[in-house]
Amino acid sequence: MADSIKIRATLKGDVCTVKALIKHPMETGQRKDKKTGQLIPAHFIQEVTCSHNGKNVLDASWGAAISANPYLSIEFSGAKKDDKVELSWVDNTGKKDAAEAAIG
Amino acid sequence: MNVSPTTWLKRASWALPVVLAVASTAHAAPGQLPEEVFDGLVETSPHKNYLSQSQQNRMMMPDNPAWYVVEDGEKLFNEPRGPKNVPMSKCDFGKGPGVLDGAYVELPRYFADTGKVMDLDSRLEHCMKTLQGYTDADPAVKQKNGSNSDVMKLQAYIASKSGGYAWNPPMEHPLEKAMRNAGEVMFYRRSSVMDFACATCHSQPDKRIRASYLPSITVPEEWTKAISWPAYRVGHDNVRSSQHRLTGCFWQMRYPHAKNGSDATIALLSFWTDAARGQPAILPDMKR
Amino acid sequence: MNSKRRTLLKGTLAGSAIAVAASAGLLNPRQVLAAWPKASFQTQDFAESLKGLFNTDKTTASNDIELKAPDIAENGAVVPVTINSSLKDVEAITILIEGNPTPLAAVFNLGPSAISSVSTRVKVGKTSNIAAVVKAGGALYISRKEVKVTVGGCGG
Repeated sequence: MADSIKIRATLKGDVCTVKALIKHPMETGQRKDKKTGQLIPAHFIQEVTCSHNGKNVLDASWGAAISANPYLSIEFSGAKKDDKVELSWVDNTGKKDAAEAAIG
Repeated sequence: MNVSPTTWLKRASWALPVVLAVASTAHAAPGQLPEEVFDGLVETSPHKNYLSQSQQNRMMMPDNPAWYVVEDGEKLFNEPRGPKNVPMSKCDFGKGPGVLDGAYVELPRYFADTGKVMDLDSRLEHCMKTLQGYTDADPAVKQKNGSNSDVMKLQAYIASKSGGYAWNPPMEHPLEKAMRNAGEVMFYRRSSVMDFACATCHSQPDKRIRASYLPSITVPEEWTKAISWPAYRVGHDNVRSSQHRLTGCFWQMRYPHAKNGSDATIALLSFWTDAARGQPAILPDMKR
Repeated sequence: MNSKRRTLLKGTLAGSAIAVAASAGLLNPRQVLAAWPKASFQTQDFAESLKGLFNTDKTTASNDIELKAPDIAENGAVVPVTINSSLKDVEAITILIEGNPTPLAAVFNLGPSAISSVSTRVKVGKTSNIAAVVKAGGALYISRKEVKVTVGGCGG
């Protein structure tokens, strides 16, 4: 769990900046395998959610046009040091992952 | 003082390069963030085409994925590892065991314990074997490339502690001079089936391959950017080392494969680092 | 896009399982929000994509949306995009790449504490406008920026 996500949450005043890097191929389904000539099946993250102490901050729907190994930065207010930030994703094959960070 | 991997997020700025006028000099400024060092160089360099050709990469510098690799490296560096269970912080990178601030910009250098001029890659390998007890067969030593390799993580961390420091490879020992001079000969001598030298592409400002401007060794302000490895290669989606860059250059010139850590590679590194002397290092950098 | 297909798509949306389930009270609003808007991601039509998401494609150009992206991208696979908005009551921020075969790249639905500031990286297939469409106070606002995609040489 959480191997695919690197997440950092930093505080400025009461505004928290969440930055995350996710390891994922984000295959569009349009690319051909160079060796076999076959289309590489679409494989991309469709849903990303972020919460603060269990409360929803953001949920996103992504298409395959998000770059491979996606990067995401968002901000929210009402944050305190050591609060919990959780980020999770689900891809089109049903695979998912989640990671948690304490605001530093 | 240097920037810890956790500070970068706090100080990250989203300003576009066109509206940036942060650093006014390219003088060495230890602890400056890579993008601050870079902006200073753009301002002071007499030639700007190479430096300022990628607004795209400049925009991505504050959240360079290499910072995550640096963080992984910091953990690896401090934990006891290998058959002998010793932390890498016992290794002397030239300024005493565990002293990293500014150590990388003074490599390659002569090490009395081995009697050799060593670059970061070879010194790290030496310590992994002698201090930690690894052998050539261990993946920790063997796997040199890719953001997931221990070697790359450690190099990225060690080098990040020299961000903003001026390149200053020592030239006191006769072997240090000899290696630098050998590197100079190699840099300018045309060889192999294509009759190419490093100098063919890298000795005049504003030369291009297709749309890409190339760095010239004659312009130290852009040469420091060229040699600032480890850097995140956007096109590879991986952090790469100086040795990896050298291997690439050898391949592009259709030279025989450059053996990792060979004297030939260290000679070239000694010469190219000397050519950037006095200019601040951009570490970790982000390249196309 | 011809009008027949437009009508057909509208019909499909109205009759979609989600719409039916929602009107039957089978899903709470949170779940409806979280359902991946397949039709909007798969359509080649910018306006259809917006309609699928927001039931309208009427947008107003706004200077209160700051869309940062490079003028030239030598690597279309990783184009950094940052969107900041000073509009009030922002509910959603979407990124569309007009020149991509399917324009919609992402929809960010903001919760009450979220600040309208989002950064990510997108794939841009060819020189094209990137559009940020922001839903605020029930209306759609748009800002566009052209990104030229070039092919670079070798090296670093």
